Amino acid sequence: MSDKKAPQPPESEVTPETLYRRRREFIKNAGLFLGTAAVVSGGLYLLSPKRTRPGETPPPSGSEGNQGAAEPPAAEAQAAPKSLGPYDTDEAQTPYKDVTSYNNFYEFGLDKGDPAQNAHTLKPRPWTVVVDGEVNKPQTVDIDQLTSWFPPEERIYRMRCVEAWSMVIPWLGIPLGELIKRVEPTSRAKYVAFTTLEDPEQMPGQKRRVLDWPYVEGLRLDEALHPLALLATGLYGKALPPQNGAPLRLVVPWKYGFKGIKSIVRITLTERQPPTTWNLAASNEYGFYANVNPAVDHPRWSQATERRIGEFRRRPTLPFNGYAEQVASLYAGLDLRENY
Amino acid sequence: MASPPFPWLKPAVLAGGLSPLALLLVQGLQGELGPNVIEVVLNQTGLLALVFLLVSLACTPLKLLFAWTWPLRLRKMLGLMAFTYAVLHFLTYAVVDQGLALGRIFQDITERSFIAVGFIALMLLVPLALTSTNASVRRLGFPTWQRLHRLVYVAAVLGVVHFVWRVKKDLTQPLIFAAVLALLLGIRAVEAVRKRRRTRAATRPA
Repeated sequence: MSDKKAPQPPESEVTPETLYRRRREFIKNAGLFLGTAAVVSGGLYLLSPKRTRPGETPPPSGSEGNQGAAEPPAAEAQAAPKSLGPYDTDEAQTPYKDVTSYNNFYEFGLDKGDPAQNAHTLKPRPWTVVVDGEVNKPQTVDIDQLTSWFPPEERIYRMRCVEAWSMVIPWLGIPLGELIKRVEPTSRAKYVAFTTLEDPEQMPGQKRRVLDWPYVEGLRLDEALHPLALLATGLYGKALPPQNGAPLRLVVPWKYGFKGIKSIVRITLTERQPPTTWNLAASNEYGFYANVNPAVDHPRWSQATERRIGEFRRRPTLPFNGYAEQVASLYAGLDLRENY
Repeated sequence: MASPPFPWLKPAVLAGGLSPLALLLVQGLQGELGPNVIEVVLNQTGLLALVFLLVSLACTPLKLLFAWTWPLRLRKMLGLMAFTYAVLHFLTYAVVDQGLALGRIFQDITERSFIAVGFIALMLLVPLALTSTNASVRRLGFPTWQRLHRLVYVAAVLGVVHFVWRVKKDLTQPLIFAAVLALLLGIRAVEAVRKRRRTRAATRPA
């Protein structure tokens, strides 16, 4: 009896059976569509390389001498016009964020976002640098003592990576030549070899033998004595962040970036040309000299042009990265196609 | 005609397959692609082209191994997606990266084998994309059409070689692609040998 009282829906609201079935079918198909689409896009997402957003970069360890390295420089510091030194470029400087989040430092991973992500395990203090080899006064010097001998000065240099991108970076650093003169090279000294720290605990990328660790680079003695050659201790007026090679790295602005060895623990003057890491890994691609040269291509890409980070169009690459006037004489008589 | 089983399958794979492109666009517009946007777009479109090329080549082995027929109905679309990403990859290189400097692009293609093999792979995919319609199958006749479309094997091998040569030091990822491709082509090779034996056995006089 009671169901007679139940309100009946009007005829117009009753779904015909075929439509009703089609609707169930539709909902089922829609669910399967969404599920499959999600699986496909999820799979592709997992296959794609992950990028670190600048905001996700963990701050470097708060160890002494490294404080504040993660913070961008104060706006006023950037705005303050500084009189340019003889080697400084007045070109627009690459943002601090890009300099510290996009670089190669295989000791912390192979992707250019990896160093900023992983280099916080590096402890830049206490840190000693051994200076030895063909010198009269070999030294083992603490990094802070080193910077008290030669107070860091600012140099605004172009940086050209062998991968055909470039930056403009205001470094803080000490002239390499001053340090070398202080230890008094012997008459047998012809080359300078540099070595990076080897410690897989601090440098987790060294757990894989991607390269022959520790990283070694080298210069001819006259190149090392050139006033442009810098041992950098900072950038943008701040201590060098770990991902950029804290606490001490080489900057030779007329050469490709991989010559700029990072986190140096040893500087050895030698009689023979030192074996260098990338040259050993692929000698046909990475020469000992590695002078920036638009006329000598990398086997897989042209070096005639480069992309300045932050710019859309490529720009022509200059011989010796624009420092030809200063350094070309070092290579008089040397075939730079042979000695690339 | 009866509606196909799994009517949701093709649109779902299409939507899922285009989602990385949409993500790239959104991230690009929001400035989330890092300091070198062009490099990210180049790497991502190239990777997706290779992934879809290999996935399209997996359809036949899946049928051979598990007697699944549904992957075959996706094959054409997967191949066209590979082509689409390959074209986007090339356009990113030629238009955005090189600013359509034809001299430099020509020099790259003729002087650098790494770029040459990638370019040849793309060129091999063009006739396949153009003859991907059912009308083309009818016009060419199935045997001719099938022979033409075997060019995809060459294109896939060249694409993987392009990836191997592109990498500076760590070959892990390109070698995984190479291993998958070798497996997919290997299954076909085994099947071809079996088929030949069967036909030979059948035609052998008693």
